[in-house]
Parts: sequence; C-alpha cells; structure tokens
Amino acid sequence: MTAKPTNAGADGLGLGKDLTGLQGLTCEQIEGILDTAEPFKEISERRIKKVPVLRGKTIVNLFLEPSTRTRISFEFAEKRLSADTVNIASAGSSVEKGESLVDTARNLEAMRIDMVVIRHSSAGAAQFLADRIPSNVINAGDGQHEHPTQALLDLLTIRDRLGSIAGRRVCIVGDVRHSRVARSDIWGLMRCGAQVAVCGPKTLIPLGIEELGVTVLSRVEEAIEWAEVLYILRIQLERMVGGFVPSLREYNRFFGVSRARLERAPGDIAILHPGPMNRGVEIDSDVADGPWSLILPQVTNGVAVRMAVLYLLAGGSPERAESAKEAGE
Amino acid sequence: MSRPVLITGGRLLDPSQELDGPGALLIRDGRIEACGPGIVGPDDAEVVDVDGLVVAPGFIDVHVHFREPGDEHKETIESGARAAVAGGFTTVWTMPNTDPPIDDPAAVGFVRAAGERAGGARVYPVGAASRGLQGEQMTEVGELVAAGAVAVSDDGNPIWHAGLLRRLLEYTQTFGIPVLQHAEDTDLSCGGVMNEGKVATALGLTGAPNAAEAGMVARDCCIAELTGGHLHVCHVSTREAVEQIRRAKERGAHVTAEVTPHHLALTEDAVRGYRTDAKMNPPLRTEEDRESLLDALVDGTIDVIATDHAPHHYEEKEREFDDAPFGVVGLETALGVALIELVESGRLSLGGLVDRLSCAPARIMGLDVGTLRPGARGDIVVFDPAERWTVDASTFVSGSRNTPFVKKELVGRVRATWVDGERRYELPKEASPVREEAPPYVGQGSV
Repeated sequence: MTAKPTNAGADGLGLGKDLTGLQGLTCEQIEGILDTAEPFKEISERRIKKVPVLRGKTIVNLFLEPSTRTRISFEFAEKRLSADTVNIASAGSSVEKGESLVDTARNLEAMRIDMVVIRHSSAGAAQFLADRIPSNVINAGDGQHEHPTQALLDLLTIRDRLGSIAGRRVCIVGDVRHSRVARSDIWGLMRCGAQVAVCGPKTLIPLGIEELGVTVLSRVEEAIEWAEVLYILRIQLERMVGGFVPSLREYNRFFGVSRARLERAPGDIAILHPGPMNRGVEIDSDVADGPWSLILPQVTNGVAVRMAVLYLLAGGSPERAESAKEAGE
Repeated sequence: MSRPVLITGGRLLDPSQELDGPGALLIRDGRIEACGPGIVGPDDAEVVDVDGLVVAPGFIDVHVHFREPGDEHKETIESGARAAVAGGFTTVWTMPNTDPPIDDPAAVGFVRAAGERAGGARVYPVGAASRGLQGEQMTEVGELVAAGAVAVSDDGNPIWHAGLLRRLLEYTQTFGIPVLQHAEDTDLSCGGVMNEGKVATALGLTGAPNAAEAGMVARDCCIAELTGGHLHVCHVSTREAVEQIRRAKERGAHVTAEVTPHHLALTEDAVRGYRTDAKMNPPLRTEEDRESLLDALVDGTIDVIATDHAPHHYEEKEREFDDAPFGVVGLETALGVALIELVESGRLSLGGLVDRLSCAPARIMGLDVGTLRPGARGDIVVFDPAERWTVDASTFVSGSRNTPFVKKELVGRVRATWVDGERRYELPKEASPVREEAPPYVGQGSV
C-alpha cells in the first residue's frame, strides 16, 4: 500500500502517523498533547462551536464494537474542527457480511480518506490497520489493549484538578484484567511520573501486572488510604457469569466506593470513572454525584483532547494551536 | 530395480551405531547395503560425491498436520510430503484433525495411499483417538492400525476425559502403539491466545497459563503409570511439564515427549506487534521455559524434536490476532533452527542433534528407520552443517508460508534426501551459495 505518501509526523511532537496507544509515547509527547488540548477547550464553550482547522479532511469513524460516549465525543471533536465525517458501525456494514478488516480498510482508502478512528473488539486491531493504510489511524479502543484518548482525557482531568501528574498517587480500582482503559492509564500515568496502583479481587487483576511497574493492593480501604486519585472501572455484568465475581452485591460490599469509605480517606481524594457507571455496584450515587467526582469534567475534556489529537495527527503543531483556533473566529 | 547408489566423500554421522567419520554409503534395491570407510560400489553404481557434507539417517517427524482432506488450500499430503523431504525428513506422522477427521480405516487408507503417490517423505497416518475427535467414544483402534495407522491422537484437542485416556492407554497395548496427547486443560487455558504473563497483559491479549499444560501432563503421567501404556506428550512448552515428565520417567512410566523447534528458539516476546505467525498452541512461553526445554532435550527428559508443522493460508493469518488460527509451519526450517539453538550454542553435538531428529524418534516409536546400518531402509539426508542461509518463505515447498522465522538467518541446510533409496529432494542450484572454489560435488552424479 503505497498509493500515496503517508501523513506521518509533521506535528512537532513526533507522534508519527497514528495514535494506537500510550505505551510507546514519552512524557513530553503526552504533556504536549495535553497542552495542545488546553486552547481547544474554549471552542466548546462558544456560541458557534466550530473552527476550520480540519476543513476538507475526511474522517471515518469505524466503530466495529458498540460505543456511545467515545463515538459521540470523537464526532463532536471532528465536527467542531470542520472535518467531514462518516460513521460506520458493524451492524449492517460489509463487516457483518464477512469482509475482512484489511479489505474494509483498503476500500475506504480507495475513496481517499484522511483519517480513521477505529473501535474494535480485538487487541491489536488499530495497529493492524495502521500498518496497512497510509491514512492516520486513531485507536478508539482495541479489545483489552489500549484506549489512548480516554487515558489522555483522564490525565488532563487529573492535571486540571491537582495541577500536576508527576508524583501523584493514582489507584485504579476494579476490573483491570479486562480493561483497555486501565492499561492506557497505567502507561500514561507512569510516563508522566505518577505512582500507580491497581486494586480489585485477584480474579480481575491480570498476571504479571507488577512487572509493568504498578503496585497491587488487595483491599479498597488500602487504596483509599493511599491514593490521591481513585480511578474506578466499570464492572460488567458478564464478569459475574464468567465466574470472576460471585455477585454484584458482594462486589459492592467489598470493592464498591461509597461515601462512608471515602470519608475515612486521610486527605483529599478525586474520583474518576470512564463511564458508563453502574451506580450501586462499583460506585455509589453519592460518590458519583458528590464533591469528589470529576466524572463530568472528564467527559468535557474528552472532546478537547480528541480535537488536539486530530489536529496534531493532521500536521498541526502545539505552538500554533492557539492561532489555528483563532483563525476560525 | 534401479541402479545402486554410492554416496561418497561425506561425513557419515549415525548415532544409532556410534558412527562419525569419513566413509561411503552403498544403497541397493532401496536398502542400505554397506556403510563405512573404504566402501566401494559396483561398476554400475551411480556415484554421488558429497565432499564435506554430513550423511545421516533421514529425519523423522512424529507430529505434522497436512490438511488433506478438507483444507487443501493450506497443504495437501503431496505438498506436505515434499516439504518434508526438503527439510530432510524421510518419515512423517500426520495428525488426524482434518475435515473429516481420520477416524475410520478407510480414511487411514486414503492418507496412506496419497502419501505413497506423493513422492516425498513416507507418510504414516495417526488415527483419531476418539470418534470425530469428540473426546467421547474410542475409535476402532485395531482397525485403524490394521489399515496402517501408527498411533492415535485427538491432537488439536486434549483427550479430556481421564477415563477415556485410561482406556486408550490400556487398549492400545494390544497393538503396540502410543497415544499422542495434546496436553491442555482447556478450562484453565480458556480463551487464551498466547502465554499468560506480562506480555499478554501489556498487549491486552488473553493468556493461557503454564499450569494448563503442566496440570494435564501430571494427570496423564499418573494414568500412564497406572496402565503401563505408552503416553507420548506432544509439543511440551513449559518447565513445569518438563518436571512432570522427568518424575514420571524416574518412576518407570512409559512416557515419551517431543518439543518443537519454535519452542526451543522463541519466547512470548515474538508475539509483540501482534504477530500472528508467532501464534500457536501451546503458545511460546518465557525464557525460563525455553532454557528448561533445551536442558530437557539434552538430558533426554524430552526424547525428540517434532515440528508440529501446522500450515495456514496467509489470508487466514493476515487478520486480527484473536481471530487468526493457531499454528506455524516447521518442516523446512527445523534443521536450521535446531542447529543454532542446540549445536551452535554448544549444548549438543551434531550427532546428538541427529539422534533427536532421527534415531530417537525411531527408537521410542519402534520404527525400522533412523539408522544407516546395513539392511535398513535407504532413508538418507545429506546436509551442510555450516551453511548460513536466510529464510525466504516464498521459496517453501510447503503450501503455506506461516513461519515465525521469516528473514532469519539459519545455520545448516539440507542438500539432498533419499527415501527407500530413491532421491526425493535436491536443493535447487540457484539456492546454493556461490562458492569461489571448485564445486564440491564431482563424480557421475551430483547433489
């Protein structure tokens, strides 16, 4: 596939053509993306929420696994930057008719697109696509591997609240085993100098996670005592069927984050959650809606972070983000 | 009958008779007539001068998958048998997990006949251990043996029910054949597509733990000890399974085992980048496991090298890691990979390697091959133990190219292979290295 030159690396951060994960990024690159997101935050607060940064660019949102929040967040980011977007879901598409991922990609490519945002149930699918087409590829979640824009918005939200990421103590609580969000957050947080722990029943903690550089805590009380930020993961109903936890009620009793538990925290503690929440299971409502919660700011930051990633991969530089944005006024 | 063949000028290497030195080999009527220094052939013999090359008994692979019937786009019995001789193998055992499976005498006869027509390695079918490979009801083992099966196995799947394995290990004793077990506790490996551990965790892939193999091997060894039957453990991949086999052998159980070249050479790190050509079952493990497998093959805990040659079409491998099939081809790279890991590394002599590839499989399976003794079948491999070559999968004789050794430099290359005294393979001239000096092969025939 050398039909046209790839869109590699004009962004000033050296991100390259794609964003498939945070594992391969440096602290400078991650902070650079967050810095680029700052000026983009304001666009969403305007009466006319649109700038011409990506005018004329064609972006395909290839969502081969159900998603609401991430897909809509990307779509808002693309539209507010004036890109032309097409959404593809697996239901009703050629993928459902048995077309392979590589053929789907090549056909899209033949229609001369610029970027693909892909969500897929298999780990490595974003990299697979990125290796085979010249368009920019952004990973919007691949199996249990990575969900880099989610972690970037988490990092931005933590930085907004605490002023910095380096040295902060962040504990990820819940189904770490099956979570791409946890993996991207672990890489992102560690690259930026945070201390990272994970906490949950051992059935939901993947083997070898300590070798990535994180601490494993076995009780949520320990996590709350240690952490400045508690990152609560969604516990999925099917985990009960899979025998990972005996019941959601029991999960809530031993690992659920409740007001009573948080009130015993020695200092301030911030609560993040990637959504969608199971209230009364991993998180109680008065925590989700309480003063600790940064859950809605996360969602708001999601649009700005995705605008920054789209802008950078399209060749923008962090220094010019402010002026690029102003050109739309 | 055809002309006698005299292979001269080579280094005769046959651990079955502790032979290692210069000499000649005379083949007549498909059998070895004489072997040793100072052998002179009759006037009408075809003389093949193999100056400086090793002449050894043909290799035996007790674990290959040729995809016929059912998946001929991956490999046919013919392409597989020809790939085998290109790798120096003169006898191969084909696993029964085709579509339909080889679970009745007619199917065994089909494989046998197709193997004879193929003009490559001798093809010995392994029959299914259970009907339809369903793991429930024993096949007609005696009928399968009568039709030409040399062993039974449900490979691809474990023989899951302990009771069935027990009956098989008892019943097969009448016929003197082994039960080949793919040892995997599928409850523990459930959904695993690679080794469980830090690499799987980082890649977000579901892992299969060592315990899934070792637990099954432990159980199987107990049943082997109970019954006295011959249990052969396929493709050992974990250090814990090695321990179980070592213990069972010490206790006198009739247990033998094999290891693949890829498990000797690679670790789970080869999967990074979601390389589907490093996806196989059992998966590549850790460096600690790899070291333990090498040690076990050297000390005899693991008896033989077998390739688990598992061809898949490139389209089937060119996809998401989760969805790609398990398996890699191995026949044409086995010698070169094993030579680096075992001989170049100083762990084993060249004779030791020939033993694990030829004499040992014949010994443990009771085959009348794997030796250059006069009277034996004329199964011979001639290889250059020093030649360095780079793997180019597009030149494979096999119908498939799914190798994890693409573009790797290997040491040791097969030059020619004879089966029953008939030359079935010769390295194409253009694939030979350019040499400044005179060509190494002179005489009436050439390799």
